[in-house]
Amino acid sequence: MVYHMRTRKTKKTIPPIAKINIKSYQANSAPKAYLDDLGSVTSDQKKNMLAAGVDPTQKSRSGTYVQMDHNVVHARSLYPGLEVMSTSEALKKYEWLDNYFWKVVALDADEFTRQAHLQQHHGYFLRALPGVKATYPLQACLFINDNNIIQNVHNIIIAEEGSDLQVITGCATASDVRRGLHIGISEFYVKKGARLTFTMIHNWAEDVSVRPRTAALVEAGATFLSNYICLKPVKDLQMYPKAELIGRGAVARYNTILFAHPGSRLDVGSRVILKAKDSRAEVVARAVSAGGDIIARGHLKGEVAGIKAHLECRGLMVSEKGLIHAIPELEGHVAGVDMSHEAAVGKIAHEEIEYLMSRGLSQGEAQAAIVRGFLDTSIMGLPASLQKEVDQAISACEKEVF
Amino acid sequence: MLKIENLTVKVADKEVLSDINMQLKPGEQMALLGPNGSGKTSLLMTIIGFANYQITRGDIIFKGKRINELSIDQRARLGIGVMFQRPPTVRGIKLRQMIQLISKDKFNTDKEASLLNLKDFLGRDLNLGFSGGEIKRSELLQLLAVAPNLCLFDEPESGVDLENIALVGKLINRILQKNKDNASLIITHTGYILDYVQADRGCILVGGKLHCMGNPKEILETVKKHGYEWCITCAREKPKKQYHQSRK
Repeated sequence: MVYHMRTRKTKKTIPPIAKINIKSYQANSAPKAYLDDLGSVTSDQKKNMLAAGVDPTQKSRSGTYVQMDHNVVHARSLYPGLEVMSTSEALKKYEWLDNYFWKVVALDADEFTRQAHLQQHHGYFLRALPGVKATYPLQACLFINDNNIIQNVHNIIIAEEGSDLQVITGCATASDVRRGLHIGISEFYVKKGARLTFTMIHNWAEDVSVRPRTAALVEAGATFLSNYICLKPVKDLQMYPKAELIGRGAVARYNTILFAHPGSRLDVGSRVILKAKDSRAEVVARAVSAGGDIIARGHLKGEVAGIKAHLECRGLMVSEKGLIHAIPELEGHVAGVDMSHEAAVGKIAHEEIEYLMSRGLSQGEAQAAIVRGFLDTSIMGLPASLQKEVDQAISACEKEVF
Repeated sequence: MLKIENLTVKVADKEVLSDINMQLKPGEQMALLGPNGSGKTSLLMTIIGFANYQITRGDIIFKGKRINELSIDQRARLGIGVMFQRPPTVRGIKLRQMIQLISKDKFNTDKEASLLNLKDFLGRDLNLGFSGGEIKRSELLQLLAVAPNLCLFDEPESGVDLENIALVGKLINRILQKNKDNASLIITHTGYILDYVQADRGCILVGGKLHCMGNPKEILETVKKHGYEWCITCAREKPKKQYHQSRK
């Protein structure tokens, strides 16, 4: 069952995102030195990292991975039982890691996965050993510092049995970067009874193209919570992460918050394949178009009886330009699946604006407050400490956006 | 404080208020009565400046300034506040955030919310799933935070159980007593709120026209005894602006 919701009666449709000429980006970048002390990053880098949720002071963090262009500039765990290193380093350290590469993301899925395989520039390896539960999250930052380069990373994140791993990861660019291409392969493994909370904040530049290719494998009794936030202008972004629930009682929840600026093209979705009895999934998206185009996709596939899943997409148009196209898909393969969806696209109700104005807020302030409220991260169900960190990052980002 | 002169208002080409004249002195509280659809809420919405209510004739003067052309927020910042009867739900904005956005000076949100039995609602989306009584208390909490000089109360007792009407009345008095010059226009159907809030004058709005003005208790007594139908007949028979005298 496929529902298409359009916000306009015109015949306009969103054209496919332009094909990327990978060769037009520089394959090499200037070497960056390893930083023992992350406090030595420049103030500009610090500002952009903070807006992506990555705190160079490492306050309230269990460890940090930072990659600038093609160099690992910092990788250190501050908590016993949590591992932080580059995937290239981890491959040297663990022979078994080969089994985790290209297992849930297909190597030949598209030109970007092939590119990441042919010319990999590290990526992070984050792992919680069995039973380890850290109070503070690990943080990882993939930073584009040089203009017009391509950055191909391959990340592996493993929450071993019974562990509880929180990751806050930000992707950002230096302020003078205008153009770039980021290809990020991420493979998640959430073992039996583990919990992985992964929050990604993108803080790109206006002419950067982004192609994450992400998938997760969630075992019995495990929970995978994935949050994605993109509020800053980006040229185009296309991703459709997937979680496969393969063990009884596995749970996946995707929360996505998108803000499309004029000229930005976002084609973002989340897909969950429910393969085991009693598995549960929830996909929630909030999309705001201030003149940019958004395709908000969602796909739930129930393959066994006794699963339950829900998909929700709410879109808000705050400009006469731009477009939001919600495409929720439900796919039941057997009797006894319980899947539902709701999608709504509209504009801010005039009566809400007038109500806030009657309390003394200007029209612009009222509109911004409603949009901020619409993009409320409390929908993500984050732990209190992580919620605070995410809200700080969002707040830093919003100051520039609104 | 407020002067309304020859005010005529349209909503989507339909005249809802016709040639309204009214004056509120500083510190004066006026009860506004009238049957359903008579234009009471329209008058309040016009004073605050909602876009659907188009002034076709007349003036609204507040604190000596003609405010016809001012935006809603400009009027609010001048000191006009509304307690809405049915405010919209605003998803994503918590009551606490709203109070932070609008409050003047130092406002102790937690303390005031506790006094209004609203502490548990501070973290909830504005008006989402609030009962009638909770909406009233939330509206009053917001007015306490804004501290307006002219308060427009749209049926403050509707949907509130008898026990809580006293609380609503007490809060209205608190808002009004913040400044001795604070004035108000109180729409009431039942008049229950007038047992707790002292109105200086009352008036009846019928068919978009203001006809009677006088002692609020007397007017209310007449309405209770004879109903609005009698008022409508009375309004037709008596010349405009004549002070009402109840029929014994």
